[in-house]
Amino acid sequence: MSTPTAILAGFQAKRRSARSRSLKPWYQNGSLVAGMIIVGLLVLMAVLAPVIAPYDPIKQDLTATLQSPNALHWLGTDKFGRDVLSRLIWGAQVNLRIGFLAVLIPFVFGSIMGGLAGYFGGWFDAIVMRVVDVFFAFPFYVMVIALVFILGSGEASIYLAIAAVSWVSYAKIVRGEVLVAKKQDYVIAARLSGMSHARVLGRHIGPNVLSQAIIYGMSDIVMDIMAVVTLGYLGLGIAPPTAEWGSMILDGQEFITTLWQQATIPGLIVVVTSLGVSWLGDGLSDMLSPERRK
Amino acid sequence: MSEERPALRVSDITKTYHLGNALVEKLFPKRDVHSRLTALDGVNLELRKGEILALVGESGSGKSTLAKIIVGSTAASSGEISYEGSPLAKRRDRNTMRRIQMVFQDPYSSLNPRMSVGAVLAEILLLHKIVPRREVRAESIRLLKLVGMEEDALDAYPSQFSGGQRQRIAIARALAVRPDVLIADEPVSALDVSVQATILELFTTLRDELGLSILFVAHNLAVVQHLSQRVAVMYLGRIVELADTEELFANPRHPYTRALIASIPRMTAESVNEDVLLEGDPPSPFNIPAGCRFNPRCAFATEACTLTDPALMPVNDAHLSACIRFKELPTFATIPIGLDHTKQEK
Amino acid sequence: MVDAPLLSVTDLALGVKRSSSTNVIVDGVSFDVNKGDRFGIVGESGSGKSMTLRAVAGLLPAGVKVLSGSMLYNGKELVGMARRERRMLMGPEIAMIFQEPMTALNPVMRVGEQIAEGPRRHLGLSRKAAMDLAIAMMARTGIPDPARRALAYPHQLSGGLRQRIMIAMAISCRPKLILCDEPTTALDVTVQHQVLRLLEELCDDFDASLVFVTHDLAVVNQTCQSLAVMYAGRLVETGPVKQVFGDPRHPYTKGLLDSAPDFDQPDRPLVPIPGVPPNLAHRPQGCSFAPRCPFVEEVCLQTPPPLFEVEPGRSSACFLSDEIFKKVIA
Repeated sequence: MSTPTAILAGFQAKRRSARSRSLKPWYQNGSLVAGMIIVGLLVLMAVLAPVIAPYDPIKQDLTATLQSPNALHWLGTDKFGRDVLSRLIWGAQVNLRIGFLAVLIPFVFGSIMGGLAGYFGGWFDAIVMRVVDVFFAFPFYVMVIALVFILGSGEASIYLAIAAVSWVSYAKIVRGEVLVAKKQDYVIAARLSGMSHARVLGRHIGPNVLSQAIIYGMSDIVMDIMAVVTLGYLGLGIAPPTAEWGSMILDGQEFITTLWQQATIPGLIVVVTSLGVSWLGDGLSDMLSPERRK
Repeated sequence: MSEERPALRVSDITKTYHLGNALVEKLFPKRDVHSRLTALDGVNLELRKGEILALVGESGSGKSTLAKIIVGSTAASSGEISYEGSPLAKRRDRNTMRRIQMVFQDPYSSLNPRMSVGAVLAEILLLHKIVPRREVRAESIRLLKLVGMEEDALDAYPSQFSGGQRQRIAIARALAVRPDVLIADEPVSALDVSVQATILELFTTLRDELGLSILFVAHNLAVVQHLSQRVAVMYLGRIVELADTEELFANPRHPYTRALIASIPRMTAESVNEDVLLEGDPPSPFNIPAGCRFNPRCAFATEACTLTDPALMPVNDAHLSACIRFKELPTFATIPIGLDHTKQEK
Repeated sequence: MVDAPLLSVTDLALGVKRSSSTNVIVDGVSFDVNKGDRFGIVGESGSGKSMTLRAVAGLLPAGVKVLSGSMLYNGKELVGMARRERRMLMGPEIAMIFQEPMTALNPVMRVGEQIAEGPRRHLGLSRKAAMDLAIAMMARTGIPDPARRALAYPHQLSGGLRQRIMIAMAISCRPKLILCDEPTTALDVTVQHQVLRLLEELCDDFDASLVFVTHDLAVVNQTCQSLAVMYAGRLVETGPVKQVFGDPRHPYTKGLLDSAPDFDQPDRPLVPIPGVPPNLAHRPQGCSFAPRCPFVEEVCLQTPPPLFEVEPGRSSACFLSDEIFKKVIA
């Protein structure tokens, strides 16, 4: 090992960890804590929706449409007289659930495909990566929208569409990491001590490559939440009258000049959610670095 | 010693790499000969039981490739490796793999950063059923002691250790499966001088106490001279000289070995033998010279050297050289301490 | 020497400043390099040898600062010198050769042009004249067929040739001080030997001084006349190479020499130094080497020993150096 570069590397490593505070306990990690608080509150809001929402989110009251915020309806009512606040709270259930769940399938499937392709290489790798290239060639939204259009709106088709499109990112990330990891001496040593491929992949490569995929997954949640909102806004997502932030923005924008809250508040919630999840991901990536293992 | 069956025999191993597109090459054979890299070109070698055999050479000589082929992490293009007299299959079973273990150069990449030392050792011990489950901890401690580490290392992670300590842990891992042969690929070249000595000492202890046969791949000749019983010198994918350590350094019978020895930076002697210094860089392994592969850089080369590709020939019973003029080479003397720039006899 | 030294480093301290504390990497380093000297700095990883050299070159990595001390080059203070002025020194006055030429050379520029860049800027040569000079310098560093090789890109050359290109680049403006950071560590022995020879020759021909940082004691012996041994950011011993190697006066130097294999004494047992170097953030209160030193006494644990003269031209930073080494000799 080269002496000067070793010193430099040592310093850079120290400085990096000083900046990301990766060696401090989790509760001193600013972005992690902020992310946890925001996401925690949102999840709480979603779970407790039946308790805290003042009204039924889909119950129409045509006698009280398009109200400004008032004592009975803190955020006013929409054009069908439904309580905006209640719809916002119930919307968290749908949006968060889809956001988080939609990541799982592509995460698992993509990581497995990428891991196998990277580890074994050869024809399997060639085929998987060509398929990945084909999927990658289409823009995310174009694919999702097209697929949802074909499959019909509804939660199941959103999951399917997002999974079909976004597994390729996980496959790419994990494959790249595996290609590096499998050349590491500790992986070769594991093979040489007679361990099976499955064991080497699962125990020696997996834990060292998945953190990248997890970090990406957190940003992917943001992307998926945005996708659901976008689909809702385009009228392709969850069928009305279910409360969902995207369709709330769509419904609210007609009245943006008179009742600005109707589109703006759900928009703000989407922004806050994205921010919270991003921070959480940032914090997690600090926590997942191997330097932490003490 | 030598009548005994060797621990390991390497017969006629070659390794060629094809760079560029394999499909294109199949469709248009011999379109470009330079896309074929010859890393090893007919290597024969015996590792005797209980010896440390050093394999030296410069970068591109193929010494690390040979190490990888012996442990089975790279497949040879042709040739055979036999262990205890019986040839090893292409796909080795778990028990054969166990017999030949490797110690790597970079102790920073040879340990899984996410596994504690205890977990690493326990995993291998259980996999090979070396000891029953309840004795795993005791056995791990025994291994650590063997390499000069304390019990408290068990619960620690690699990042908590220095380079030298990591190298000890890596050696403990290799020893866990109770191998007979250890292949060490430049195990001290990444370590500081003051730590190197402890690891070298450890290798000697392992040979003496466990009877391990060790192939020690290195580029530092001073280290090799210190540690090994025999030395094999590689040049461009071939062994060009092989002899007992003392014999090799006192009476090198290949011009390349002479150049290597003359280039060793010396701590006490004033200077080095000017006559045999090499000019230029080694030729590309994509295009190995015809005849003796060393002839373009050799001060002693004659026309015959450009025509025949010499095999290893016996100089005496403890010495082989692949130089057709090995008898005619002048006596070799490294300059004694204190003298400087004296011309050596021609 | 009657002349003032070409480079005079006094009490140099380097460190990383944090909000709460300062991490000192190099502490109280002083040495002089006279005209024509070849001076070696030896130490293990983390000893601060490369940082010291980088400080002289003005190439400290981000975050590392000169905390105190002075570096006089030809009478001019380098510490706190304006960046512009400093840049004008690099090339015609001071040049640096790195360990890994592959990362120090620009991969997308022909090597001839890279060598010619310096002379064009500093000597005001035309493109054509600078290119001719570059080719001449390449020939001077022993590169065969320089006119053709000048058109090559770094990746097309071998490690040895790349290091020669680096050297050609360094000497192209005829600097008076050449700083080398492990220039041969990445090279094979036979090539290392050629490069060391070349450096020596060039320094003689151009009357340049050399500061040579390495971990390899034997390489220092081959290249330098005098040396400084560094441990944990401090100098522990200085003096002429032959004398220091023949009769070390600091336990660390002795330990280093005893642990390194010497080709000319194959039967001498290698004695490792027990323990590991201190973490620079938690340096021991007294002598940094005390925890690993076989001769340690009470006084060593109290205050760090200064570097003091043990005989004319030689110093050691060991309180007991006279005692220990007189005894050893006797």
